[in-house]
Amino acid sequence: MSAALKLTDLSKTFPVGKRLFGAPKAGVKAVQPLSLTVEQGETLGIVGESGCGKSTLARMLVGLLPPTTGQIEIDGAPLDNADPATFGQKIQYVFQDPISSLNPRKTIRQIMDAPLRHLHGMDAKARTARIAEIFAAVNLREEFLDRYPHEFSGGQAQRIGIARALAADARILILDEPVSALDVSVQAQVLNLLADLKQKFGLTYIFISHDLAVVEAVSDRVAVLYFGSVVEVGPADQVFAAPRHPYTRLLADSAPVVGRALAAPEAKETELPDPLNPPEGCAFRARCPRATEVCAGAVPSLEVQSDSVSAACFHPLADTD
Amino acid sequence: MSFLRLLSRNRLALAGLIVMSVVVLLALLTPILPLPDPDVTNTAERFKKPFSERALLGTDHLGRDLASRLMWGTRLSLAVGFAAAVAAATIGAAIGVIAGFYGGRVDNVIMRGVDMLMGFPYILLALAIVAALGPGLLNALIAVAAVNIPFFARNIRGVTVGIAHKEFVDAARLCGMSNARIIITEVVPNVVPVIVIAMSTTIGWMILETAGLSFLGLGSQPPQADLGSMLGEARSALITNPHTSVVPGAMILVIVMAINLLGDGVRDALDPRLKSGALSRPMPTTMVRRTDPVPQPEGDGILSLRNLQTQFHVKDRIYKAVGGVDLSVRPGECLGIIGESGSGKSVTALSIMGLVASPPGVITGGAVHYKGEDLIGAPYETLRHLRGDRVAYIFQDPLATLHPLYTVGAQLIEAIQSHHRTSTSEARARAIELLKSVRIPNAEARVDNYPHEMSGGMRQRVGIAMALANDPEVIIADEPTTALDVTVQAQILALLDDLRRERGLAIIFITHDFGVVAQLCDRVAVMYAGRIVEEGPTDAILNAPAHPYTARLMACVPELGQGRRQLAAIPGLPPVVDKLPAGCAFADRCPKAASACRSGDIDLGPFGPARKIRCIDPEIPVQEATA
Ligand SMILES: Nc1ncnc2c1ncn2[C@@H]1O[C@H](COP(=O)(O)OP(=O)(O)OP(=O)(O)O)[C@@H](O)[C@H]1O
Ligand code: SF4
Ligand code: SF4
Ligand SMILES: [Mg+2]
Repeated sequence: MSAALKLTDLSKTFPVGKRLFGAPKAGVKAVQPLSLTVEQGETLGIVGESGCGKSTLARMLVGLLPPTTGQIEIDGAPLDNADPATFGQKIQYVFQDPISSLNPRKTIRQIMDAPLRHLHGMDAKARTARIAEIFAAVNLREEFLDRYPHEFSGGQAQRIGIARALAADARILILDEPVSALDVSVQAQVLNLLADLKQKFGLTYIFISHDLAVVEAVSDRVAVLYFGSVVEVGPADQVFAAPRHPYTRLLADSAPVVGRALAAPEAKETELPDPLNPPEGCAFRARCPRATEVCAGAVPSLEVQSDSVSAACFHPLADTD
Repeated sequence: MSFLRLLSRNRLALAGLIVMSVVVLLALLTPILPLPDPDVTNTAERFKKPFSERALLGTDHLGRDLASRLMWGTRLSLAVGFAAAVAAATIGAAIGVIAGFYGGRVDNVIMRGVDMLMGFPYILLALAIVAALGPGLLNALIAVAAVNIPFFARNIRGVTVGIAHKEFVDAARLCGMSNARIIITEVVPNVVPVIVIAMSTTIGWMILETAGLSFLGLGSQPPQADLGSMLGEARSALITNPHTSVVPGAMILVIVMAINLLGDGVRDALDPRLKSGALSRPMPTTMVRRTDPVPQPEGDGILSLRNLQTQFHVKDRIYKAVGGVDLSVRPGECLGIIGESGSGKSVTALSIMGLVASPPGVITGGAVHYKGEDLIGAPYETLRHLRGDRVAYIFQDPLATLHPLYTVGAQLIEAIQSHHRTSTSEARARAIELLKSVRIPNAEARVDNYPHEMSGGMRQRVGIAMALANDPEVIIADEPTTALDVTVQAQILALLDDLRRERGLAIIFITHDFGVVAQLCDRVAVMYAGRIVEEGPTDAILNAPAHPYTARLMACVPELGQGRRQLAAIPGLPPVVDKLPAGCAFADRCPKAASACRSGDIDLGPFGPARKIRCIDPEIPVQEATA
C-alpha cells in the first residue's frame, strides 16, 4: 500500500516588498525544501515555535497556498494543481480558532451543506441523511443545525469544524492547533473525539501544535520544525524522551512539567534567525551549545540516527548526553 | 427589534427618524394629495405671500403654487438622492469587495484609480462630469453617485480585506466553492452592515450635493421642480420675496439634519460595543456597592482579599464573576491562581486595584487589604498612587500595555516619572538598568526601540520591566506567558522567580497551566465558577488533589514524557455565572455528586493544617492532606 501522503522537496518562499509590476525585491523562505511521508492511518505530529512555518506547511498541504517547489502525493497520485476543490475531497483542514472558522451569518446547516453540495453534489435528502450521520459521530445534537455559530462554546464550535471536515469525506485531516484555543477540560474531550473518529473512519492525521505534551499524547511520529526545516523526526515516545537534535532537547527542557525544578535552559538570547537574512550553515547555530565550525560551513541534512529517529545535526546528542 | 430599541434610546436619532418618516410619507403621498399642478404658470398670481388664499405657502415668480412645488420637489430630491446613494453604494461596494478579496495586483490597480478620483476636489469632479454629459437630472445623479463611489470603495475594501483573511473563507474554499460564490455567500453578507452604515451617514450629503447641482442649473431642468432648482430660481427674488427661498431652503435643512441624526443613530446602534450595554464612558475605578459589613484585615499577608465579590450587571442579568474569594500573599511568596476560561481569575485580579470596567462591573462585597488598608472603595487618588507604584500588573498581551507610537524607553521613563520626581536623564538611566535586569541584551540600544521592533518575548520582558519600574511590592501577573513559545516562557518564569527571591516581591500568578504552577508557585488556589474550590501548598495539592475538580482537571492535561495515551476528559461545561446552581457549582460534572452537594452553599473549609477545600466528599482522607 502506498503512503497516505508523501511530500517531496516541498518549499514556500513568500515575496517581500512587492511592487506593482516586476519581480519582488526579496523572498522569505517560510518552508525550506522538505520531504516527509505519512503512512495510512498514522498520526504525524508537527511541533515548533511560532514563526517556524507550521501553518504555511499546513496550508500548502490543503491547497490554500501554492508551493514554490516540490510535489504532494496522496495515495500515490500526485496532486499538481492548486485547486482547493480537488484537494478538498482528499485532504481537509481543521482550523485553530473554532469560532472564526465558521461564518457568523450562516446557520450550522448551511455550513455543513457546503462541502456536501459543492464537493459531492448531493441533493437535499442525501445531505440531511449524511449530516445526521456525521453529527451522531461527533456527538452533536441535530437541533444545533438551525443555530448560528456565536451560540456555541469553543469546544462545540470545534466539533462543528471537525464535522465539516468529515463531511468532505477526505481520508486525511490536517489539524492545525485544533485544541489550543480550548480549555483543558474541553481539550481532552476534543482529543478523545479525534482519536475515536480516526478509528471509526480509518483517518490519517497531521497534528500541528506548539504543545509538546499534547503532541506526544496523540501522535505516532513527531516532526520537529525549526526555521522552516524538519530538524528531527521519529517515534513520538522517543523524540522528546531521548532527543537527538539540540533544538528538540531545548524544547523538551523548556516545557513546564510538574515535578521538575524551574530552570531557564537557555542563557543566550532566543531570537529566531532573521528570515530575510538567513544565517549561513545550521540555522540553530547561534543558540546551540554544541555548535562548532563545521556547523557554520554547511547546512546539516536530515539523517537517520538510531531507532528510526532522524535528525539534521552534525553533532547529534547520544543517549548518554 | 433590539436594533430599534437601541436606536430609540438615542433621542436625537429618534427625532430624526420621526421627521424623516413624515417627510418620506408626504413625498410618497404627493400624487394623491389635492395639490394644484406644480408646473402650471399663472403670472397674474406671482409672488403671493404664504398663507394666502388657495396657496398655503404662496407662489413663486411664475405664480406656481409653492406648496405643490415643494412636495413634488422634495419627492424628486429624495428619490434622486436615494438613487445616487444606492448607485454609489452598490458600485463602490462592488469595487471595494473585489479589490479587497483578490488583493495583490488587482487591488493595487483598482485602489490607485480610486485614489486618483479622490484626489480631485469633489464638487469640481461633479461639475466636470456634468459638463461632459450635459445638464439634466439624470446626469446630476450620475455625477453625485460617481464622486461618492471612492468613499464606499475605500471603506468596503478595508472591511473586505479583514474578512477575506478569516478562516471561514479558507474553509469555504476547501468545501469546493468558487471565488464568485465565496464573495456572494461568505463575504457580502458580512459587509452589508458596513454598507448600510456608510449609506446612512452619507445619503444626506448626497441629497445636498444633488440640490447643489440643480441650484447651479445643472440638475433638474425647468419647469420640473426639485429642491435645488427651486432655490436657484428663487435667488433673484431673495430680497424682495424671501419666502420663495425660505420654503425649499428650510426643507433641505430639515431633511439633511434629520437624515444625519438618524444616520449617526443607525451607526451607533449597529456598533457591537453598544449591544453589550457599554454605552457610557467607563468610570476611573470600579463601582463599589457593598451592603454587608466590610471584613477586617487578618493574617500577615501584604495583600489579602477577603470574601471579594464582583459582578457584571448587563441589562437584567447579573453575572457573579467573582463570588466570594479569599486569598492572601506574603512578601517573597508566589501565589498561583489556576482555573479554566471564565472562572473569574482575571476579574479577581482586576478587582484588586479597581480596574474592572464600570459599567457593567460592580464590586458588591468583601475587602482587599493592602498592608491593612482597604482598597475597595478607596478614593481614585489613592488607587492611582498605588497602581503601578506599589502594586503592578503584567498582562497576557504586552502589546496591549505598550503604546505603539512611543519607544519603550520613553514609556519606561514616563512610568517612572509619573510616580517619582526625577530628571529625565536619571529616569533614562533607570530605564536602561531595568531593561538589563529583565535581561534584554544590548539594553543601551534597545531602549530606543519601538515595541513593534521587538519580538513577543522581548516585549513581554519590557512589560515586566514596566511593572518593576517603581520597585513595587506586589506584582499581579495575568497569564503573562500564555502567548509565548515554551523556550521564551521558561526564561520569563526564571526571571520572575529570581526577582521575587532577590527583591522579596509578592507575586500573584494567574495561569491555566499546572506545569507553570508547579515550577513557580509556593501556593496555589484553584478557581471554578468564580470561587476558590481548593487552596494550599502547591506540592501537596499537585501530589494529592483533594477536590474532585482539581483531580479531574489534572487528569485532563497531558504531561510530557508519558507517551501516547487516552486522556480523561471532564464531561459537560462549566456553569454560566448568571445561573449558578444552588450548592456545589461542580455538581453537574462531578461523579460523586450527592443530594447534599446541591442543597446549600458549601464552605471553603480547612483540610489538614495548611489546605482548604470546598467539597463535602474529598478525593483523599484528611490524613493524606500533607502528602
Ligand atoms: N465586561 C464584562 N461584561 C460581562 N461579563 C464579563 C465581563 N468581563 C468578564 N465577564 C464574565 O466574568 C466571568 C469571569 O471572567 P474572567 O475574565 O475573570 O475569567 P478568567 O478566569 O480570567 O478566564 P480566561 O482564562 O479566559 O482568562 C466570565 O463569565 C465572563 O464572561
Ligand atoms: S548542526 Fe551544529 S549548530 Fe546545528 S544543531 Fe547540530 S550541533 Fe548545533
Ligand atoms: S461537593 Fe459534591 S458535587 Fe461538589 S465536588 Fe464535592 S462531591 Fe462533587
Ligand atoms: Mg483571564
